[in-house]
Amino acid sequence: MAETQRPPRPKPGPLDYLARWPLRLWVAGTVVFLYAPLATLMVFSFNNSRRNIVWRGFTLDYYAQVLQDESLQHAFVNSLTIALVSTVLSVILGAATALLLWRFRFPFKPGLEGALSIPIVVPEICMGVAFLVFFTKVVPWPTALPWPLNLGAIIIAHVSFSFSFVASVVRARLASFNREMEEAARDLGASEWRTLMDIIVPHMRPGLFAGGLLAFTLSLDDFVITFFTSGPDTITFPVKVYSMIRFSVTPEVNAASTLLIVITVALTAIALRLQGSDAGHDAL
Amino acid sequence: MAENVEEPWTQARGMFASLLAGPVLFLFAFLLAPLAIIWGYSFGHTQGLKDIVVDGTFANYAHALNPLYLSILFKSLVFAVLTTGICLVVGFPVAMAITFAKPQSRAWLLLLIMLPFWTNLLIRTYALMAVLRTQGYINVFLGFLWNSLSHLVATAHLAHLAPFQPLDLLYNNFAVILGLVYVQLPFMVLPLYSAMDRLDRSLLEASLDLGAGHLRTLFQIVVPLAMPGIASGVLVTLIPSLGAFLTPDLLGGVDSQMIANVIERQFKAANDWPFGAALSFLLMYVTFAAIALQSMFTPKRGRR
Repeated sequence: MAETQRPPRPKPGPLDYLARWPLRLWVAGTVVFLYAPLATLMVFSFNNSRRNIVWRGFTLDYYAQVLQDESLQHAFVNSLTIALVSTVLSVILGAATALLLWRFRFPFKPGLEGALSIPIVVPEICMGVAFLVFFTKVVPWPTALPWPLNLGAIIIAHVSFSFSFVASVVRARLASFNREMEEAARDLGASEWRTLMDIIVPHMRPGLFAGGLLAFTLSLDDFVITFFTSGPDTITFPVKVYSMIRFSVTPEVNAASTLLIVITVALTAIALRLQGSDAGHDAL
Repeated sequence: MAENVEEPWTQARGMFASLLAGPVLFLFAFLLAPLAIIWGYSFGHTQGLKDIVVDGTFANYAHALNPLYLSILFKSLVFAVLTTGICLVVGFPVAMAITFAKPQSRAWLLLLIMLPFWTNLLIRTYALMAVLRTQGYINVFLGFLWNSLSHLVATAHLAHLAPFQPLDLLYNNFAVILGLVYVQLPFMVLPLYSAMDRLDRSLLEASLDLGAGHLRTLFQIVVPLAMPGIASGVLVTLIPSLGAFLTPDLLGGVDSQMIANVIERQFKAANDWPFGAALSFLLMYVTFAAIALQSMFTPKRGRR
């Protein structure tokens, strides 16, 4: 090769690894590996064939079936209700925890921080069986309660694993708070609570939204813990999809899954918008 | 900005108490209590169909040390370590490419890697099932290739090829490890990326200027500096893989069950809660040991 002949494009910098073809190929391969199964799943939810392998034309029949399926609807409403209620509770508890840890020095603080890391470090299956035992033996949750109340056990379980995630997101946000603002408010005569509500909480708001959306998706997505706490009347969407999957691979499951993917991706996109990009790394 | 100085709790007792009450009550009642109860159960035995007597016996732990269960625990560890290793090998170049990409393509690549991470675990596993099963996309595609080939060979009167035998890609150890890698890969890439993003690039440039090749720079400069990120990536991949329930449950065969599947069976079908509780705590101890090991190898400043 003629070494003096310059390529038409400027040479990439020494550290621009993405411009090198082996690395480019590697990244492309990884992306294909991550997306191909999901993409086929979504595409074949529109396939006009029960056998679900060879493309036989476009149809929305399976979406119609999913939307008319009463047990799926019921499971979906359950999931949304659980996610909404547990998000509100998680945000309240998470914000209180974040404020507490950010502001005060107190005995047992490392103990509290350790307890908060339990949902992150303890395997889900262990949490799941612990809740199963707790809600059947120790505090048996009455199964005959009217509709939203029978979801209580699942809601409590979801709050207990998601509020510490909310706390860490909010705490990361609080780290950027300028305490001089608080001092100024206090000097100008605002009470402790007034300062909290008018100065600190507004600063926390993006963190509260991001944490809330995180709690919402965690709850909506959770399968393992819910699997152990749900009963015959309190099926959630993932638990329902699980029982369908165990049965067989069908286009209805593809359609239901596609709907759930679209919902979670949309929610996460909103979360990222609200949060801005800077806090994004701390959230996960 | 003023350094955030924590004030002692005695300075604002009212505020402190009202912030503390909710979280602490909730933690004790709904997180520590359930875990404490199954910890207690692990020292008990079932009496009759439903009752559990906690009498301080170690019989469940002795039962768990039976070679059958030990081998399942060991197998889970092997699966988790293999998964973590594959994720590290696959994820490191990806994280590196993202780190040194131009800001605009970096944002897109990050989004591309993170998007599957927000997709439900169950759905991702199901998507793999549809790809791998006997009548899945891979086998149908291979079958199509094989049949065209055998048609071609037959028309040329060369030979008759045997009919296509679908590959057994699902319900075995391979499927479980593939599934775990598929699910955990983003968890590995993100901490690697955030560690390499903080890395001082002039060190890399110096190494390259002084004549070290890219590979040498990689192993002598990038890897040591990115160690905290590697350690945390290994941990966040290892822990969920070790306790994975859904992946082996849906993709695994009879002999690829992991410890979480055994635990589930004790609590549901086999109805031996004390034994299941003992197994859960063994899994937790192994997990905690992994975390302790990680923190021993990570310098303090590397903490996230």
